Amino acid sequence: MALEELYREVILDHYRNPRNRTALEEPHAAAEGVNPLCGDEVTVELTFGGDVVAGVSVRGHGCSISQSSGSMMGEAIKGLDREAISVLSRRFQESLTSEDSNSESEFGELAALQGVRRYPVRVKCALLPWTTLDEALSA
Amino acid sequence: MLDVRQDFPAIAAGAGHFLDSAASALKPRAVLEAMNQFAGTVYANVHRGAYRLSTTSTELYEKARSRAAEFIGASNPDEVVLCRGTTTGLNMVAAGWGGEHLRPGDRILLTVMEHHANIVPWQMVARRTGAVLDYVGITEDGHLDRDGFVRKLDLQPRVVAFTGMSNVLGSIPPAAALAEAARATGALVVVDGAQLVPHRPVDVQSIGADFLAFSGHKLLGPTGIGVLWGRPERLEEMEPTEGGGEMIANVELDHSTWARIPHRFEAGTPPIIEAVGLTAAFDYLDEIGMESVAAHDAELTNYALKRLSEVEQLRIQGPLTGEDRGGAISFTLGDVHPHDLATILDQRQVSVRAGHHCAKPLMRVLGMPATARASISVYTNNEDIDALISGLEEASGLFGI
Ligand SMILES: Cc1ncc(COP(=O)(O)O)c(C=O)c1O
Repeated sequence: MALEELYREVILDHYRNPRNRTALEEPHAAAEGVNPLCGDEVTVELTFGGDVVAGVSVRGHGCSISQSSGSMMGEAIKGLDREAISVLSRRFQESLTSEDSNSESEFGELAALQGVRRYPVRVKCALLPWTTLDEALSA
Repeated sequence: MLDVRQDFPAIAAGAGHFLDSAASALKPRAVLEAMNQFAGTVYANVHRGAYRLSTTSTELYEKARSRAAEFIGASNPDEVVLCRGTTTGLNMVAAGWGGEHLRPGDRILLTVMEHHANIVPWQMVARRTGAVLDYVGITEDGHLDRDGFVRKLDLQPRVVAFTGMSNVLGSIPPAAALAEAARATGALVVVDGAQLVPHRPVDVQSIGADFLAFSGHKLLGPTGIGVLWGRPERLEEMEPTEGGGEMIANVELDHSTWARIPHRFEAGTPPIIEAVGLTAAFDYLDEIGMESVAAHDAELTNYALKRLSEVEQLRIQGPLTGEDRGGAISFTLGDVHPHDLATILDQRQVSVRAGHHCAKPLMRVLGMPATARASISVYTNNEDIDALISGLEEASGLFGI
């Protein structure tokens, strides 16, 4: 059933046990994102070693989709350089918003969020951590 | 129990189990047809032309005013300002009365369970005048804290504004008793009737407040129109917040004089078609009878409270019994976020509201950023509640709680 596609086990796991919740002492990049419609909030903090992400913190509160998306995002970007992160972010956002998308394999765990495509009003929940990440990187 | 579902075309058209009537109610055919009929026949602008169409339009527009007065037991149609809705009505009182009469240090007493529409306008006028805001809290069981209210009255507030029924908790404060106590200290008493007027018989004489505002669209009527009722002597003390056509007696190059009340508060072309729809909504509700509406609301609220209390890990925010509460029922289910609940319920054609319900200060008091809310209207039935319960059970299954 469609709802089971949306609320996959891995999503509920990240919702209930979000990774990388600890705030960073002196982040090199940070941003806060809010979805004013529903009140969901995400804070993203990063530190870099050279060009490569060394530390990640993703915190917030909101629905299972926005919070699991943030948690999986933190895991996915660890060890990537800025260029690789922005490519991943763009490709992932496109995969949720464009008409045809069959790129599940390239996203690993994050592919679990593809179920959200059937629920247009919830796509923005999945995107919130990513747009916040973009903001942190461009600041 | 009422059986009026066939009067609501949206239900036949697939509205499903619509449980968000507290946000805005579905419209009966009578309202839609009245507006359509009017707009397609004798429609013209009001209070302007001397020609036949305009005179008829004006009569129908003024009819909405007298029907509104009748509906809430006002003694005179001139006590009724037709405006855009509750928000506009409360803003008019805050800016137009408060802006004129509040002085630095004057206290404005609100409650923590107000909708933003009964908070923000007072914050705005407080900033302008130097008045200060004060709040009454709620009790453990989700009612207004009446002892706290009495204590706050000792501080001699200049304005006391409270909701007739909380759109989040559903609780119905004893408006008449609160108004009497507040007026005894000399305060201006303002009641937000957005949720109360659609669900209970309301009589402004027995409530005894100075102002009451409500919205047409929550009362089975159209959007874009609502009512601000005020005691005539208070309306006389209130400055218009909008200037323009219709609201003047005379206009010179450098100044103008105002029309008499209530017209001085109705600048510009008013919502004429909506006024006709509002009249039809009053007629429709009066035909059912507001006592029957209230009984239906109470019966279904009790049924919903009972069914909800049987759901494991479900927490109702607000009074757990039907006493002194109406059919706006907020709840959370385990650690399922309300937005996830709303999505899951939506798959079963059950529409509930999820979020802060425009009552962020209250959500902070409750210690949660969001709840889900199911709300009841005349067309709601047991099956809607049963569908809600089944959806909640599915959510429990999906989230493994
Ligand atoms: C208690 C209460 N007050 C005020 C309002 C605002 O009504 P409107 O948006 O129609 O002006 C609402 C509607 O959500 C409400 O529930």
